[in-house]
Amino acid sequence: MRLTCPLCGPRDRREFYYYGADDYLHRPAPDAPPAAWDDYLHNRDNPAGMLRDLWYHEAGCGQWLAVSRNTVSHDITAVECVAPLRPARKKAVRNED
Amino acid sequence: MRIEGRGLVDRGQTLGFRFDGRDYVGHPGDTLASALLANGVRLIGRSFKYHRPRGVLTAGAEEPNALVEILEEGQHTPNVRATVQELYQGLAARSQNRFPSLGFDLLAVNDLAAPFLSVGFYYKTFMWPRHFWEGLYEPLIRRAAGLGTLSKRHDEADYEKAFAFCDLLVIGAGPAGLAAALEAGRAGADVILCDEDARMGGRLLSETLTLDDAPAVDWVMAALAELAALPNVRLMPRTTVTGAYDQGTFGALERVGLHLHLPARPHLPRECFWRIVARRAILAAGALERPIAFQNNDRPGIMLASAVRSYLNRYGVTPGRRVTVFANNDEARRTAHDLMAAGVPVAAIIDSRPHSSAVEDCPVYTGAAVIDSRGRRGLSQITVRHGGGISMIETDCLAVSGGWNPTLHLTSHMGGRPLWNEALAGFVPAPNAVPGLAPAGAAAGVMSTAGCLASGQRAAREVLEALGRKAPGLPLPAAEDAPYVIEPLWSVPGTGGRWARAWLDFANDVTVKDVGLAARENFASVEHMKRYTTQGMAPDQGKNSNVAALAVLADATGRTIAETGTTTFRPPYTPVSIAAIGAGGRGAGFAPQRLLTSHQASVERGAPMIEAGLWYRPSYFPRPGEATWRDACDREVRMVRGAVGVCDVSTLGKIDIQGADAARFLDLVYANTFSTLPVGRVRYGLMLREDGHVMDDGTTARLGEAHYLTTTTTAAAGQVMRHLDFVHQAFCADWDLRFISVTESWAQIAVAGPKARALLASVLDTMPDLPFMGCAGVGVQGVKGRLFRISFSGELGYEIAVPARYGEALFRDLLARAETMGGGAYGMEALNVLRIEKGLLTHAEIHGRVTAFDVGMERMLGAKDCIGKGPSRRPGLLGPDREQMVGLRPLDPEQALSSGAHLFVPGETVERVNDQGYTTSACWSPTLNSWLALGFLKDGRARHGQTLRLVDHLRGIDVLCEVCDPVFHDREGGKLRA
Amino acid sequence: MPELIAKTPLSGLWPVTHGALSLSEVVYDSILSLAPFAGQEKVLTKALKPLGLAFPAPNTLAVSGVARIVWTGRDQAFLINAPLATPSAAITDQSDGWAGLRLEGPMAAEALMRLVPIDLRSSAFPPGSAARAPLNHMNAVVMRLESGFEVMVFRSMARSAWTEIAETMQRVAARQALR
Repeated sequence: MRLTCPLCGPRDRREFYYYGADDYLHRPAPDAPPAAWDDYLHNRDNPAGMLRDLWYHEAGCGQWLAVSRNTVSHDITAVECVAPLRPARKKAVRNED
Repeated sequence: MRIEGRGLVDRGQTLGFRFDGRDYVGHPGDTLASALLANGVRLIGRSFKYHRPRGVLTAGAEEPNALVEILEEGQHTPNVRATVQELYQGLAARSQNRFPSLGFDLLAVNDLAAPFLSVGFYYKTFMWPRHFWEGLYEPLIRRAAGLGTLSKRHDEADYEKAFAFCDLLVIGAGPAGLAAALEAGRAGADVILCDEDARMGGRLLSETLTLDDAPAVDWVMAALAELAALPNVRLMPRTTVTGAYDQGTFGALERVGLHLHLPARPHLPRECFWRIVARRAILAAGALERPIAFQNNDRPGIMLASAVRSYLNRYGVTPGRRVTVFANNDEARRTAHDLMAAGVPVAAIIDSRPHSSAVEDCPVYTGAAVIDSRGRRGLSQITVRHGGGISMIETDCLAVSGGWNPTLHLTSHMGGRPLWNEALAGFVPAPNAVPGLAPAGAAAGVMSTAGCLASGQRAAREVLEALGRKAPGLPLPAAEDAPYVIEPLWSVPGTGGRWARAWLDFANDVTVKDVGLAARENFASVEHMKRYTTQGMAPDQGKNSNVAALAVLADATGRTIAETGTTTFRPPYTPVSIAAIGAGGRGAGFAPQRLLTSHQASVERGAPMIEAGLWYRPSYFPRPGEATWRDACDREVRMVRGAVGVCDVSTLGKIDIQGADAARFLDLVYANTFSTLPVGRVRYGLMLREDGHVMDDGTTARLGEAHYLTTTTTAAAGQVMRHLDFVHQAFCADWDLRFISVTESWAQIAVAGPKARALLASVLDTMPDLPFMGCAGVGVQGVKGRLFRISFSGELGYEIAVPARYGEALFRDLLARAETMGGGAYGMEALNVLRIEKGLLTHAEIHGRVTAFDVGMERMLGAKDCIGKGPSRRPGLLGPDREQMVGLRPLDPEQALSSGAHLFVPGETVERVNDQGYTTSACWSPTLNSWLALGFLKDGRARHGQTLRLVDHLRGIDVLCEVCDPVFHDREGGKLRA
Repeated sequence: MPELIAKTPLSGLWPVTHGALSLSEVVYDSILSLAPFAGQEKVLTKALKPLGLAFPAPNTLAVSGVARIVWTGRDQAFLINAPLATPSAAITDQSDGWAGLRLEGPMAAEALMRLVPIDLRSSAFPPGSAARAPLNHMNAVVMRLESGFEVMVFRSMARSAWTEIAETMQRVAARQALR
């Protein structure tokens, strides 16, 4: 498996650390009820199809990436930086062809 | 027997080799199989289950029978396929799966007992009595199971792994692969051409075909010469592409120096496992011929028709003196033609098709079939059923062809399901089964030479177009373009019967009857049949038996082959040694070693090293007269409490954080507040995971208004960095904030004990008057350093940091000075005792299931938001039901405690339902002259003073303890502030 | 009072040669990490100008005399062998945190590609290229200069990196001898 890091380019899966679905990006308000925290922390869809999940380019540039991929075909449609890049750069790149 | 003037082996040179203790001679270019056949050796192995005599079936990597052990000095490699093993001077091999010898094998009695050893025999027989399983059945089965033997010695040889990248990976260097590589190579594309054979050319090396009216081998040689001269083309012979993976990644095993010559060359890797990343790939792996099942079709001398041609045309060897051909297709007749042209008598051609041509220079039986064979250790006679009745034919070699299966295995590696092609009577690759991989040639079901050349070229052109390159469009040589004519025949009907066996899977001894039995017992799905009969589960993975087996299954279940489907091919295509996959990971190569700058100084003092993550840290520093580690540890603890100790703590993670929003960021990632920390001061911090449990702890110093230095524990440094990056990038990327690890930049040494200040004053240019939890820049003999007044021991303590290049010198200097003051170095054991005495946390306590509440620090969570705050207040994470951190002291101080022990109320039974908690750390405290433990106890803070029973069944510990505050030593902290 | 003696990460190891490949330690005078604060990129670029350098694009390095600037991550570069003081960037002294290993010879890319999982051939990674990538299990900065490759790894792992590269060189040289 290979991911195209928006900064480093196409890289082998061994360079990345896997976190989980991108639900982790949507942190509830500090005073949100326990159910909201449960959803945030634990409850996940398990789609047969498109999934957006979080990967860390641990052996590379240290970027957190949101990867859109198909869990059935293994096709990767987009890899984006979790933190928006400066406007001069492209926001998302297609994975290597 | 060699045939003069035939073959590509170098007759000018001879190579001596040994098989089962007898010496033979072969030539460069031979395989072990061809050389054995040339020497008239037909019996090469015994089958797995019935120990039937077996010979060579194929001339390639799919060989199920001719598996041998290659012997080297002190080592041997089992299950080497004699059909791919190149001959070299001094090669020594022995047959497998026989006792005491290949000719006389005691376990051949299994063959006589065959009616009782039918499929499912294990499952049915070894069920009762139940207790016989462990004592009798399992050891017996284990002794009989397995193929080949291991030397049981470490494999000390070199293995290699490597990465490669290309525009186009061409898998297979037969006509299709060569045409593809030429087309793409000439266009300037970056091409890798892999072939599992030592010699490239594929079937063109084994046929008497012509290309442009010249021998096909001439064209192969010219093509290879051209490819070798192209700088953008990389030829990789002896390299099997074993797996296809996501995003154009392929695994490939290259046999570099493996069984290539003797003696093995130093440092030359035996094998290299390649990870090849290709933008596009062409699968030109050809096709594999399949046998036809009939009674006793497994005798030495019965082999595939294409293999007979390979031995004749490539190796100049005839496997028999009087050969018969049995086939269901036209192509196999080439075998008869080639043999007769070479002067080898052909007894007959037996063609199962009623309407096939009967015009040949030898007897032809059409609409006929071989129904039995004879010959104890090799074929001597076959029985043929034909229109005129039944005939016996004397023959010592039967060339069989049941047609060809495209080698489509790689197209199944990502879940692609092959499609049944009626005209070919075979499976062909599903389209786009592996993104970017295009099958070509025989692998795509194209069976003529001209078709293969064109198919390879066409596939390359499509790749070039996708890559935006212009195809050179050079003409292909003229070649045969005969149509492939076949009528399916999987097993010869009417050769069943109670005692008759017709083999499908030679390697695992699976017969037509076994598959039928599986179907009758309702293992009707192809996947179930496979597992029940073990068909296709041997080292060859059923390369030439799968399709016939499922055809038999389809017949037995009244379905079509398309409906029955095929089992899934998974990587690897051929076996890959673990040594190659894990190349470089042996011994010290398993993980990098992180060494402290003081490493050498500690080793010189005899300190045993202990691993902490990847770091190596001194365990203790033994002195003369100390018998055990405890002696050294106790002395080091007393030394710190009484004088001064020195310990390298550089392994702690250090993160430099700068920016206007640095304080705000720390307030977010730590439970407690850092924005209020004055410059020049240090504060302890507790970091929570997003789910409210403790992730890590450490100290953070404020070096400037917008500049902090935060430390992590040794083990969690990487995890904390990842977490900080996530919080920053996911939640506050717009904050003005930059951070970077400076762990490795600084050597940091703890100096602890009542004399710590005096020791440091002798080293520092000026000793600053630091308060407890203060920090300052200092000069260390002219070198700029940092001094922190922090303590992990409970004593007056400092940590002094200097640039790492000076670390060793400072450590040695501090040590020498400390020793004149009654102090010295202390290691991890003493460090652990010191912190347990003081009730300080390590990851033994913050092990992932504890909260700030559990460790008594919930008051650190103030009014501000922080990561983990909301979830830390969820129901169930607070209150008396929680296991809270406590100290434990045995009523008898001499009674040893252990970590991992469980706590019970005296009088209650020791079982899970009564469990009150557990211990996480334990030590002998030379300071308090007692064993101590830290642990977690239900409602523990309210239970100080109670007596509990501490039980550790693993270590035989059962001790009454008193629950107390976790801080055993200097609870008021007066020593820290001295 | 004795002076503190400085040691390089690979002190005591002498250059090794196997076949046409040679490995030696590179000692950098200084390594500064530069991370421009929000909106300060232009100010940093101005501060770098006297050094003949600019903040590098991803996966590149630039050389000016003995000074060098290497991209090392998002909003981060290492300035090697040159001093810099500017409020426009977070600066840390990384001089002691890294070990430098220089690998030279015609097969250097082939050797490194046994440890680093990226395409290091000159077509994909010409002089002036830099990458954050793992060297086997070690985080590394891989640089290609006109003279060959330089690899930076954490100081504590320098000896592991040295051993792994040296052993790889031996194997590559043994393969070369086969031809």
